[in-house]
Amino acid sequence: MVQDLLSRLGMQLPKEFALILPQVQLGIFALGILLTDFLLDRKSRWWNAVLALAGVGFSGKALWNLRNLEDVSAYHSSIVVDPFAVFFGFLFLISAALVILLSVRYLEIEDEHHGEFYALLLLATIGMMFLATGSDLITLFLGLETMALSFYVLTGFLRHRKASNEGALKYVLLGAFSSGILAYGFSLMYGIGGSTNLARIAQAYAERSPGDPLVLISLVTVSAGVFFKIAAVPFHMWAPDVYEGAPTSITASISVASKAASFALLLRIFCTAFWPIRPNWEMVVAGVAVASMTIGNFGAITQSNLKRLLAYSSIGHVGYMLLGLVAGTPDGFKGIAFYLLVYVFMNTGAFAIVILLRREGVIGEDIEDLNGLISRRPVAAILLLIFMLSLAGIPPTAGFIGKYFIFLSLIETGHYVLAVFAALYIAPALYYYFRVVVHAWMREPGGAARPTISVAQGVALAACTLFILVAGLLPDRFINFAGTTLQSQFLQMILR
Amino acid sequence: MLTVVTFLPLAGGLLLLFVDEELKETIRRGAMAVAVFTFLVSLDLLAGFQSSPGEYHVYQFEEMRHWMSSPPISYHLGLDGLSLWLVLLTTFLTPFCVLCSWHGVDRRVKEFHVLLLALESAMIGVFVALDLFLFFLFFEAMLIPMFFLIGIWGHERRIYAAVKFVLYTMAGSILMLVAIVALYSQTGSFDFPVILQKLVSGRTTLTMPTERLLFLAFFAAFAIKVPLFPLHTWLPDAHVEAPTAGSVILAGVLLKIGTYGILRFCLPLFPRASVEYAPYIAGLAIIGIIYGALVAMVQPDYKKLVAYSSVSHLGFVVLGIFSLNAVAIQGAIYQMLNHGISTGGLFLAAGMLYDRRHTHVITEFGGLATPMPVFASLFLFVCLSSAGLPMLNGFIGEFLILNGAYLTNPWWATLAATGVILSAVYLLWSYQRLIYGPVTVEKNRELPDASGRERFSLAAICVMALVMGVASPLFTARTEATVTRILQSEMTRNTRYEAVQRPTGAAVPVSVPLVAAGAEGGKAGRP
Repeated sequence: MVQDLLSRLGMQLPKEFALILPQVQLGIFALGILLTDFLLDRKSRWWNAVLALAGVGFSGKALWNLRNLEDVSAYHSSIVVDPFAVFFGFLFLISAALVILLSVRYLEIEDEHHGEFYALLLLATIGMMFLATGSDLITLFLGLETMALSFYVLTGFLRHRKASNEGALKYVLLGAFSSGILAYGFSLMYGIGGSTNLARIAQAYAERSPGDPLVLISLVTVSAGVFFKIAAVPFHMWAPDVYEGAPTSITASISVASKAASFALLLRIFCTAFWPIRPNWEMVVAGVAVASMTIGNFGAITQSNLKRLLAYSSIGHVGYMLLGLVAGTPDGFKGIAFYLLVYVFMNTGAFAIVILLRREGVIGEDIEDLNGLISRRPVAAILLLIFMLSLAGIPPTAGFIGKYFIFLSLIETGHYVLAVFAALYIAPALYYYFRVVVHAWMREPGGAARPTISVAQGVALAACTLFILVAGLLPDRFINFAGTTLQSQFLQMILR
Repeated sequence: MLTVVTFLPLAGGLLLLFVDEELKETIRRGAMAVAVFTFLVSLDLLAGFQSSPGEYHVYQFEEMRHWMSSPPISYHLGLDGLSLWLVLLTTFLTPFCVLCSWHGVDRRVKEFHVLLLALESAMIGVFVALDLFLFFLFFEAMLIPMFFLIGIWGHERRIYAAVKFVLYTMAGSILMLVAIVALYSQTGSFDFPVILQKLVSGRTTLTMPTERLLFLAFFAAFAIKVPLFPLHTWLPDAHVEAPTAGSVILAGVLLKIGTYGILRFCLPLFPRASVEYAPYIAGLAIIGIIYGALVAMVQPDYKKLVAYSSVSHLGFVVLGIFSLNAVAIQGAIYQMLNHGISTGGLFLAAGMLYDRRHTHVITEFGGLATPMPVFASLFLFVCLSSAGLPMLNGFIGEFLILNGAYLTNPWWATLAATGVILSAVYLLWSYQRLIYGPVTVEKNRELPDASGRERFSLAAICVMALVMGVASPLFTARTEATVTRILQSEMTRNTRYEAVQRPTGAAVPVSVPLVAAGAEGGKAGRP
């Protein structure tokens, strides 16, 4: 669209422009929403959501055109468009679309329905897409900060709620701190590599001895920064507070899209620059993964707030995904990609149910608010069951296939103990997920009202459920889609 | 054919979803029709089943379809002598579950019957799945309806019991999943016959430590399900809190899935490890037999009594399996069916008492023979069949198991035989306290006798018990080929391993009892 317009105006664009077109489209719509917001009165603010969805659609179309590219670098190799970037790009766009659909009704109830919300969401998505395409430290850092800054604001979007402000402040302070550490690590990487390009840095790391203190410090600082972003133990403390305080649809986005983006960053760095020093970090990552599963799964057991419960459970899920990196085989990477794809749908679905519970005067985040959902709104209770089963990893849901690949990759590489650990943690996970189900299915409803489902929410819920069931029963197509990431050059190099 | 039997209940259940919630009677009748129809269709399996199918047709009614390529899972169903009877047991018991909930379940009737039928589908699926992955899928799918059956329609502590049930089973089955994936990474297949073929032909060999671990992982999942002492603690809770239909299904079929899994997977896939661990497992089984019986004896709650008696009876089954000879395994399979029928009957009877008085406490009853003579006589029949009176089903199973266990180790049989005596003690003593003597509680004087529906259920169970007691060759003939095959794959592989090991001087004469007993076993299989 943009290209047509500009070429009609006689402006020639460099060919490289097509590679960042998805991000540009999102940017145009984000800015457009800021303008149109002035023209809309309170009642018709939902047009903003329509515009945002249109932006996601156009961006998706532009991304679709890039799907068959193999490793094209551009802008002085500061970005690279490879199947990895395209896969993650789709992930972010899907997540953004779901979040937009879920936000309209929620923001109306919160009485905070402003265009900025959608604009910031699109801007955050731009940041994420640059995170996935960046092959240069500067691009990566800018992408990360674009994403993070947008989310800081979005977390505090419910201005009149204490928890929202508290969450935003915690997020900003800790986030800034971790970004600082990450930037410090990046500067060391630049110092070692003499370049900000990841491929060059990888060469330099390969030439250094693995015990080199500079190498180790850069490893430690960069991992600390990245682990913070994906909320892995021991850098997870912010997650429950931020998740609880943020508007619920944004919580879904932080737990899903922001996590996927940070995983893209993590894989990009660990599988290029840090791959030569893999023995140094393999056990550390394994330890972080086990710790995340432990703290996440046991922390969630005692939570009575649904958003906090899901926050802890998402810490646990990070542990599983990290195990795929520990294995470091094609199945492991495919597993991470597929897991993240499924996670987008199942976690967003779970938060969508929490959003349904929000009504005038009822916060609806407590586990008690679910009581008797089966008699109040059977569809919601059944969907909740499906999401919980998928999160716990019970077949025939897609969540199970995700876990399966992680187990398989661990067993293939002889990490039996880790595999057994990972498997056993399903038991506590099942306990708290079923606690949610027990409240929805087995407790008496009390006097609570019937939750209503708006059309937009219905569409989002249907999409999540359909995906979970279809990808659980006929996963071939989706596994192949996740498998395309393996064709990226940087993964090909290390898997060869 | 198998697909039809497997998914018929589920399809029927989904149809029921469209019936209006208020039409309770229609829903009950619909569910009954589906359950009976499934039973009739499954009888066709029995008609078409060949007792001696020949070398190349190990599984009958086989169905194989590609499902997904990564992980390479096929939709592979098949039936052999072992699964045939368990499928029939499932389809036989389900109509009684519908019948016994006719008045007991009055709340959320539609959901109840849909879940019950879904559960039936999953259980049949477990028995006919030949792909390990598919098996695991059905195994897990079974948990969810059962969780709701206990959790929604159970008694006071139902949620606790339901969660405990799910967690126990899940913890075990997750380990099995890891083992399945590990087996896949060794053999490159999820298909059970293919894996077995690879292992038997020696194309893939497992190292001894690997085999031990895999065996333990599979066994843990099944031992929890059985439940083997000391993993039985979920069972009394689940049984006592479950509604009658839940208890019948739980005792009748779900527990058999544990022993079925041991017979189907543990023994053929891991022969060395199963021989190695057999004495320990048999020891646990014997402890379970005696412990279960002793604890059952002192229970004040009748349902709990029956629950502990299950621990004891299933101990017999496990002992039979790990005696590792044809007689004992035949007996174990037979006892699995018996237990389904007899204990199912006991739970039905307990449910009938509960429907009348809303309690299971034995001292609340007494002298029921006066107000309920028909019930009393049918109930006695069921008790005796469970206690193993000759001519009734329980006797055959216990006799075969003890006989086979004696061949392997006389002490096992001696100790286990005390369980037979104890079972007579707790069953008859409890019967006496419930039925004989004067009416101790005034309310009981007015209790109505068994209704037509209840008479029919108990009578059908009694007829089955009698048929199985006098016509056992009818059943054992069809399982014989399966038993021989299990032992054969076990023996050939053990001998081959020994042949490999002997030159190094590390040979252990593990398969001696196997060979000795297996030879006789074929003949003794038919009493």
